[in-house]
Amino acid sequence: MSFINYSSREINCKLVYYGPGLCGKTTNLQYIYNKTRPEAKGKMISLATETERTLFFDFLPLSLGEIRGFKTRFHLYTVPGQVFYDASRKLILKGVDGVCFVADSQMARWDANIESLDNLRINLQEQGYELDKLPYVVQYNKRDLPDVSTVDELRAELNPTGVPDFEAVAPEGTGVFDTLKALAKQVLAELRKGA
Amino acid sequence: MLNPQLVMYDEELKQIQAIAEKLQQDSRAQTILLVDKNGQLIAAAGGADQLDTTSLSSLVAGNVAATGGIAQLIKEEEFTGQFHEGKGISIHMSLVGRRVILVVLFDKSTTHGLVRLRVKKANQELTKIFDDLAAKAASTPALDPFGGDITDDDIDNLFNDDSDLFG
Repeated sequence: MSFINYSSREINCKLVYYGPGLCGKTTNLQYIYNKTRPEAKGKMISLATETERTLFFDFLPLSLGEIRGFKTRFHLYTVPGQVFYDASRKLILKGVDGVCFVADSQMARWDANIESLDNLRINLQEQGYELDKLPYVVQYNKRDLPDVSTVDELRAELNPTGVPDFEAVAPEGTGVFDTLKALAKQVLAELRKGA
Repeated sequence: MLNPQLVMYDEELKQIQAIAEKLQQDSRAQTILLVDKNGQLIAAAGGADQLDTTSLSSLVAGNVAATGGIAQLIKEEEFTGQFHEGKGISIHMSLVGRRVILVVLFDKSTTHGLVRLRVKKANQELTKIFDDLAAKAASTPALDPFGGDITDDDIDNLFNDDSDLFG
């Protein structure tokens, strides 16, 4: 959960990018890292295998600026998407303030998306969270590829509750900041409620 | 929620800072960090300004989380301490009240034994403060840190093209 420091007037929140293997979670973070000012970001850490598959997590700290004298900092994490890294995924969800589910729009990954979303719900429940009560957005990534499902099809399957959702082409940045902004807004709005 | 929000106030932070500084001197360590289990830095003493404490905090928390996962798998409740020995600098990590990680970075000017001894005493004092903080958080209703007057525009402004993020 968020860490509110009244002494240094800072708010720290944890956002997690979740989704099936190779859906573009790390690419989202890389694009954000490349496009933000040096002063607004820390080092991006990727704990990955030699073939650049995420092994444990990616981490990107961002300073969004001040709201009413409070510095807002967001720590962005990705989980390893591959099915057999489930133990690691559970650990990274601990203390999460908001979740972005990155779906792979390709038809061939239809089942992988569903499986990953089910896995997200189960892993959150194990930590005592409910996905429907958390700040949550969905991103339909890889819209530029051939053989993709329509957004309506994806939405019907992956976003039945109608949370904010976005089409994206992560390497080009399409939809990346819209997704982050929508999630950050929800997290800050949750804090405003006195979460 | 299993993991309630961590809230830090001036008074407690001063006490924590004082304990960290005393520990750094008594153990002759280089740097002391106090990190929330979720990877947020709470306090630091010693040579922290020469370190990337944000990255360190996140990796320390990941490390402790992974070790905790291993403990569960072998039906061990929790490993309360970890030690990484380097050629120049070594790291001692221990859990404070199951919620916070106390990290001590030290070099050859002290010994692991002295660090462990001093950590034990500091840990007891810190546990009490974090227990009190948790009790305080549980007994007071959650506050809106922004004081209720934050608007949608305030949040939108964080993402403007000329915001701190993009400049």
